[in-house]
Amino acid sequence: DTSLAEVNSFSPSMPISPSSMINQYKFEDEPELRDLFITVDDPESHITAIETFITYRVVTKTSRGEFDSSEYEVRRRYQDFLWLKSKLEEAHPTLIIPPLPEKFIMKGMVERFSDEFIETRRKALHKFLNRIADHPTLTFNEDFKIFLTAQAWELSSHKKQGPGLLSRMGQTVRAVTSSVRGGVKNRPEVFTEMNHYMETFSQKINVLDKIAHRIYKEEREYFNEMKEYGPIYTLWSASEEDIADSLKGVASCIDKCCKATEKRMAGLSENLLPILHEYVLYSEILMGVLKRRDQIQGELDSKVDALANKKTEKDMFSEEIGKLEDKVECANNALKADWDRWKQNMQCDMRSAFTNVAENNLHYYEE
Amino acid sequence: MEDCLAKKMEITVSEAEKRTGRNAMNMQETYTAYLIETRAVESQSEGQCAPVESLWRRYSEFELLRNYLSVTYPHIVVPPLPEKRADFVWHKLSADNMDPDFVERRRIGLENFLLRVASHPVLCQDKIFYSFLTQEGGWKEMVNETGFQLKADSRLKALNATFRVKNPDKRFTELKHYSDELQSVISHLLRVRARVADRLYGVYKVHGNYGRVFSEWSAIEKEMGDGLQSAGHHMDVYAASIDDILEEEEHYADQLKEYLFYAEALRAVCRKHELMQYDLEMAAQDLTSKKQQCEELATGTVRTFSLKGMTSKLFGQETPEQREAKVKVLEEQIQEGEEQLKSKNLEGRDFVKSAWADIERFKEQKNHDLKEALISYAVMQISMCKKGIQVWTNAKECFSKM
Repeated sequence: DTSLAEVNSFSPSMPISPSSMINQYKFEDEPELRDLFITVDDPESHITAIETFITYRVVTKTSRGEFDSSEYEVRRRYQDFLWLKSKLEEAHPTLIIPPLPEKFIMKGMVERFSDEFIETRRKALHKFLNRIADHPTLTFNEDFKIFLTAQAWELSSHKKQGPGLLSRMGQTVRAVTSSVRGGVKNRPEVFTEMNHYMETFSQKINVLDKIAHRIYKEEREYFNEMKEYGPIYTLWSASEEDIADSLKGVASCIDKCCKATEKRMAGLSENLLPILHEYVLYSEILMGVLKRRDQIQGELDSKVDALANKKTEKDMFSEEIGKLEDKVECANNALKADWDRWKQNMQCDMRSAFTNVAENNLHYYEE
Repeated sequence: MEDCLAKKMEITVSEAEKRTGRNAMNMQETYTAYLIETRAVESQSEGQCAPVESLWRRYSEFELLRNYLSVTYPHIVVPPLPEKRADFVWHKLSADNMDPDFVERRRIGLENFLLRVASHPVLCQDKIFYSFLTQEGGWKEMVNETGFQLKADSRLKALNATFRVKNPDKRFTELKHYSDELQSVISHLLRVRARVADRLYGVYKVHGNYGRVFSEWSAIEKEMGDGLQSAGHHMDVYAASIDDILEEEEHYADQLKEYLFYAEALRAVCRKHELMQYDLEMAAQDLTSKKQQCEELATGTVRTFSLKGMTSKLFGQETPEQREAKVKVLEEQIQEGEEQLKSKNLEGRDFVKSAWADIERFKEQKNHDLKEALISYAVMQISMCKKGIQVWTNAKECFSKM
């Protein structure tokens, strides 16, 4: 009953390198020990005086001790998912938080509550939660647990407890200024490489996304024309005697081709397109993560610079600097480890997505 | 078919050449000339090959030949020429008459036309046709000297006959309906096929973009790089394969087009029958009315209204001598008319017989040809799928190595 088919279900064990020795961030995933299963389904429309919105049912089954029960069923709306994501980003600024489906789709005039839109969103939300569940660190996040288990009113009251809007704004301001200051100065080589990689990757994945959509569109047009093509042979067979059977034969073959094309299109839209889209969003997220890491480093660097200028209040600063240095080191290690994990996942996802496309095409031609 | 020309002579349209010259209005024009090569088939000696004779003809001369044949043998379903202008093109093919692909396909079509005429039991014996193949100079004059243009029925007359004929042979009416249906269904089919080809082209070609992006992406990947790169190569192969596939399909379209135009030839035979039948009916009607007139004059009763009758009533009857003279004239005309009617009847029956024989021959040919065309179309599709399977199997392997 838990459909984990679409979700990238496992990352291979990581070789332990010195930089990831820090206990907190030792990533060793073993799929057999999975103990948290989540599904997102059953979209329902709610109409109030002020607004109309959709909620989704989130079902959790778990064997973990920290959970009071082994099964939970709650309803959540998109806003709740947004809240969860921002809490996770706050708590783990340099971890790669999975992407959420967009708020709305600009192109394509998709109505906000069209069935297609809701289904696409539901699948993406399902993936989002499962990716978090698979993440060695994020899966134990407290807000995540509350998201999965709290009743509606519990969740709203918990939400109100977090740092207010103002403090969050303050963080943003600091972030902007420090990035302007250029945390890029002392950036370790590995992160510069990551930046370069992400720039190119982001470009390529966006183009791939466009190409895949274009192929889908062309296949759809081809399908539409083919639908008209077969019946003409049938019509013709009505005026013939000798060759009527041959013509009818051709007509039925063309119909079979049509059905095969439909299958191929479905394969694309169910597998490749969502994955490519997810990685388009991922590339944005990763750029953000790299920036945040730079910011954290920037904080450290600016304090170090300040220290260099004010030789007197050394002691006060050095404690602060010490803390910041730790912070930077943690952030860096978190990112590095998570990056490797992400790369592995990406490779896996891409491999299976494209292999799936190839298989679908094979079936298409075989049929 | 034992003694048809095709068995005695090898005929090919082997080349096409662009020429410039001056036309009837002394303006410069560009046209394409086609080289017709013929060689007598020697049944005995091996080492000896008869010499190849050749001459150049342009499309307008082919048209002249065909017009001549249509007029001279109205009971025959005369093979059609390939289209004058490119029609039913899908977007990649140009509609330009000078385009090399179009010229090539037309060359094949013209060769096909000559072979069809040469294999027709009646047409192959025509002298003008033979001279078309063998005599370079003076052929046009020879054709015009036959005066065939005078024998041609006017379009208007034919149209008139179609609407007014009362008792056409039922088989011809059915045949006319059939040829109308055939024409409409084949042109619809060709139109949609062209659109399908367009779309298929799009699907294949967009995959080519994968090739480029995969290659660029592979540059930044370590483990995935090789898999991506080679997969990209296969995507390029896939995208390129559509060109050959669609070119082959054009051949299928041409085969259908031939029968599209054959439908027109069928209709021409039906029209001729209608014309003859109408002629016959008019002659019979004329005869009947003359006989009636004769009778009236002889007996003095006026049964039908006529202006003459009115005037004679108003201005006095004619003299008996005048009446007798009229009767004599009418009797002569009636006799002529009866003879004419007899011969027209005979002509008509002969026409129906020989036309129907050729139509049966045509039906067999059509069924055979179309079946073969459909089979080769299916074979093309299978081959296209096999290619697809190969490419995607390779691609799958590359992807799984990523």
